[in-house]
Amino acid sequence: MFQEDKLKKVKQEKKKWIEDLAKILSETPERLPRFTTISDLEIKGLYTPEDTKEIDYSRDIGFPGIYPFTRGVQPSMYRGRLWTMRMFSGLGGPEETNKRFHYLLEHGETGLSIAFHYPTLMGYDSDSPMSRGEIGKCGVAIDTLKDMEILFEGIPLDKVTTSMTINPPASILLAMYIVVAEKQGISKKEIGGTIQNDMLKEFIAQKTFMLPPKPSLRIIVDTIEYCTREVPRWNTISISGYHIREAGATAVQELAFTLADGIAYVEAAIERGLNVDDFAPRLSFFFDSHIDFFEEIAKFRAARRMWSKIMRERFMAKNPRSWMLRFHTQTAGCSLTAQQPYNNVVRTAYEALAAVLGGTQSLHTNSLDETYAIPTEEAVTIALRTQQILAEETGVANTIDPMAGSYFVEALTQQVEEQAWDYIRKIDEMGGMVAAIERGFPQAEVADSAYRYQKQIDSGEKVVVGVNKHVTDHPPITIWRMKPEIEERQLKRLREVKQTRNDKKIKGLLQEIRKASQNGENLMPHLINAVREYATIQEICDVWREVYGRYSDPGYF
Amino acid sequence: MERKVRILIAKPGLDGHDRGAKVIARGFRDAGFEVIYTGLHQTPEQIVAAAIQEDVDAIGLSSLAGAHDYLFPKVIELLKEKGAEDITVFGGGIVPEEDIPALTQAGVKGIFTPGTSIEEAVNWVRKNIKPRK
Repeated sequence: MFQEDKLKKVKQEKKKWIEDLAKILSETPERLPRFTTISDLEIKGLYTPEDTKEIDYSRDIGFPGIYPFTRGVQPSMYRGRLWTMRMFSGLGGPEETNKRFHYLLEHGETGLSIAFHYPTLMGYDSDSPMSRGEIGKCGVAIDTLKDMEILFEGIPLDKVTTSMTINPPASILLAMYIVVAEKQGISKKEIGGTIQNDMLKEFIAQKTFMLPPKPSLRIIVDTIEYCTREVPRWNTISISGYHIREAGATAVQELAFTLADGIAYVEAAIERGLNVDDFAPRLSFFFDSHIDFFEEIAKFRAARRMWSKIMRERFMAKNPRSWMLRFHTQTAGCSLTAQQPYNNVVRTAYEALAAVLGGTQSLHTNSLDETYAIPTEEAVTIALRTQQILAEETGVANTIDPMAGSYFVEALTQQVEEQAWDYIRKIDEMGGMVAAIERGFPQAEVADSAYRYQKQIDSGEKVVVGVNKHVTDHPPITIWRMKPEIEERQLKRLREVKQTRNDKKIKGLLQEIRKASQNGENLMPHLINAVREYATIQEICDVWREVYGRYSDPGYF
Repeated sequence: MERKVRILIAKPGLDGHDRGAKVIARGFRDAGFEVIYTGLHQTPEQIVAAAIQEDVDAIGLSSLAGAHDYLFPKVIELLKEKGAEDITVFGGGIVPEEDIPALTQAGVKGIFTPGTSIEEAVNWVRKNIKPRK
């Protein structure tokens, strides 16, 4: 980035500084033997132009909205439009969650995000024996279209975009959303939102899996193919690093495994015969924003640069929109502590700041009580206000990519990128991400990192305030509890839906799904037809489990 | 020589959060215990069957999705039904303080909440779990 003679001068001056520093350190040494990021990348005491000498501004950094997008995907970034404030919400039944949605929208939230309860995530209905004890606990209970109708009561689907954290049954929930819109008189061409629909990271980290990798991938490609044609404003997949990170990965592993998953999806869609530029602009991403501030900013910037190279050079995409990595961010749940829970507000604020300085398109901020339960209204309000203060008071959204040009951030961005490429090369050599998952490679890497980090906390090498340092007692906080009658109400509604629908019709529609699952015909139109008649999520998933078999956890540790 | 303590680390229910279970399984193994891990998505029935088949001294249940209040007591109830109530049950994860008395009442011998170190859990096992005769 600098002229030869100027660099030479810097080098000389740095030599002098190091000599002076050595004298000081001989009397008062540094606090730690090694300074590292939370992911264990070693950080130097000072970065200078020397550390960025390999970086070419036009080639590697450039301008926002222009390849390689290091500085952001939109030309005007937050000066044009702020990031979407999208709080992940789901509690009890659809009634309680609908109320929470309205509350959040009234308080300035700008997009919806649904958290489903575990039975829905895993393709079971509330009346399944597998759902005992789980109904409405970890998200909203959705069994049929009826629940989705209640969930979106009073929310026009052409005025809001919705993100759904759903994976094995993602296509079914998308089908329900399309029918809810249709009943509101809104065409599927007008609705906007995202389904997570990223099964590969389920095998690596989040672990809501149902079918083996190959049929899982087939259903995902069906949704990509269908939406490319019929639901043009829908993000067909949210390729997610968040869960990989939360399961214990380092920043580099999160980045590398996410992009390697992305490569696998693009390859699968191309193999189906789709043109890369037709579907790539609707791929989206989802990252964690952990507590190590600069490492996260570097990760976000590296992610954009890497994906644009992958799309342009590896997949020969021609449309600049195909090169863009647009992403959602969630602050790191795993960085929060049950001890002294009010400290979590501070952690979340720093993490949100890193996400914004990293150029995120949307953001969820965790609530202070989430190490205990689903957040209370009061806690979620503080979390939302954290974003609003960031957006409207701090001034950080006034200029684009303000960290660019920092010797440290640019050098770290490059370092994170290089290490992530090493992983991607390794995964390519294994035959791609599906093969790597089948041999347990990313799973083992993540588990190793998680264990190493726990040992570092236990030894005090890494500090968690309130847990292994500055420990004090704290008074208990009020937490959200699910009312027991919610479970009863959910089961009753499911019974009523099953009694009032046309069973013969349902049987036929499920048969259609079975046929399409076997003969490779696109499933989406069949799913839409079935959910419209109130087929349940489990009825459809049971067909898939029969046709494709189940995936079960290999259980190594 | 007394044989090693055998522990089944188990993930009951649909919860997919296995970071803690895996870390503690590895920590226990490194501490010299024999560890068997069930993997995810196990019903209480499957867990009890595995515990009996593997002849373990204790079951460590991990839950981070709020279903502990149903699943932990269920495991204990099934152990009793099978006449295996001498297998100690302990648990960990996202368990609010106020839920602990009911779990203790149901027979859960120890609950480890977020922030517990591997060492604390290992010491607890050394103190509270002996190889069954």
